Amino acid sequence: MSSITITVVALAIGVVLGILVAIVRTNHDQQKGHVSGVIKVLNVICKIYTTVIRGTPMMVQLLIMGFVIFANSRNYYMIAVLSLGINSGAYVSEIFRSGIQSIDPGQMEAGRSLGMTYGTVMKDIIIPQAVKNILPALGNELITLFKDTSLVSVIGMSELTKVARDIQAITYLPMMPYLGIAALYLVVVMILTWLQGKLERRLRRSER
Amino acid sequence: MSGDNMNGQAADLIRIDNLTKKFGDNTVLHNVSTHIKKGEKVVIIGPSGSGKSTLLRCMNLLETPTEGKVYFDGKDITDPNTDINAVRCQMGMVFQHFNLFPNMTVQRNITLAPVRTGRMTEDEAAAEAKKLMELVGLSDKADAYPASLSGGQKQRIAIVRALAMKPQLMLFDEPTSALDPEMVGEVLEVMMELAEEGMTMAVVTHEMGFARKVADRVLFVADGIIMEEGTPDEIFNHPKAPRLKDFLSKVLAQ
Repeated sequence: MSSITITVVALAIGVVLGILVAIVRTNHDQQKGHVSGVIKVLNVICKIYTTVIRGTPMMVQLLIMGFVIFANSRNYYMIAVLSLGINSGAYVSEIFRSGIQSIDPGQMEAGRSLGMTYGTVMKDIIIPQAVKNILPALGNELITLFKDTSLVSVIGMSELTKVARDIQAITYLPMMPYLGIAALYLVVVMILTWLQGKLERRLRRSER
Repeated sequence: MSGDNMNGQAADLIRIDNLTKKFGDNTVLHNVSTHIKKGEKVVIIGPSGSGKSTLLRCMNLLETPTEGKVYFDGKDITDPNTDINAVRCQMGMVFQHFNLFPNMTVQRNITLAPVRTGRMTEDEAAAEAKKLMELVGLSDKADAYPASLSGGQKQRIAIVRALAMKPQLMLFDEPTSALDPEMVGEVLEVMMELAEEGMTMAVVTHEMGFARKVADRVLFVADGIIMEEGTPDEIFNHPKAPRLKDFLSKVLAQ
């Protein structure tokens, strides 16, 4: 059960972080000519963030968070959620960025030509269309995130994979617990995939 | 509206002074100056890549001029301190590829900008949208999504969307170029009605028949300059520049 709550909270952190980073990055790239200093600095920070997070393994990030940054904390749940959230934020930001870039520039032009601000056009016109386009990629991210929760056992947190290892340690029988949790992961992922398909079909319908 | 319009002479709604636009090393417009009076219909013609669309897009600053000034209603809109959104509220633009918002109904496409810019309440915007949709004969499409409309219907809605802001000036960027031939007429008809009502218009188009009939003044843009300008009679019946003669012989031969 904790695997699922970790996934949900981490995804929430990831999506919020991801949208913020994606908006900074596209704002920087789209505002031709006059880019303000604040945006420039933020853009550099965002670039470093995505480069570092995407360039190092999830397991290593967990170990650093658990034993270096939060070495004195016993709150494994918080550490796990933060690590996974920060990790997924980097990927989500790239997904959102590609989604925003996939929208015809004519949409922004039409919105701006009507006197609406950059922010309003983003919020009401660009992002709703982008979300529809990136739903499959976002679904994949959710599934990856869910399976990555199996890694949090390395910082000592008790979740599905840890439980299986504990059972093996007591019973000396590896097959049942490991095949059992594999089946559990599979079932949850299949349910998520099914929900994702349903959501996509529903969103597509509104355009017909 | 601008008060300095007392002596019967119409004031300039748009004035462009020594406009130069470069994309990298490529100079698209070279030191262009022109103006559009209130109520005037200006049609811009010229070969593709000549800079005529860029000229139009500089009028509402979708393209930022590299050099030169653009004035709207006497106000320098190229000044960085000008609230460009407030200025754009007074100019509508119609695009070659319609650029309707596919994630919203036709009704919402029309009401979004008036509401979001604080010019109208939801109810006022809805009433305005209803009135305008009736005008172009598309009242039954209010709840449809743009994907279900034909090209001609999309462009008529795009015109309505711009009109909902009650602009003083309408910019048309090749509004019929992406349409199937049988749908060109219905869009031009709406534009002609608009012209008859006295709307100030700047139209980039390849429809020479429309230019002849509607234009007060025709600008022939080629090689990044306004090579020739005059009344439709002067431009079409007595062209002077060899480039213009060549262009007309190609366009009118079809």
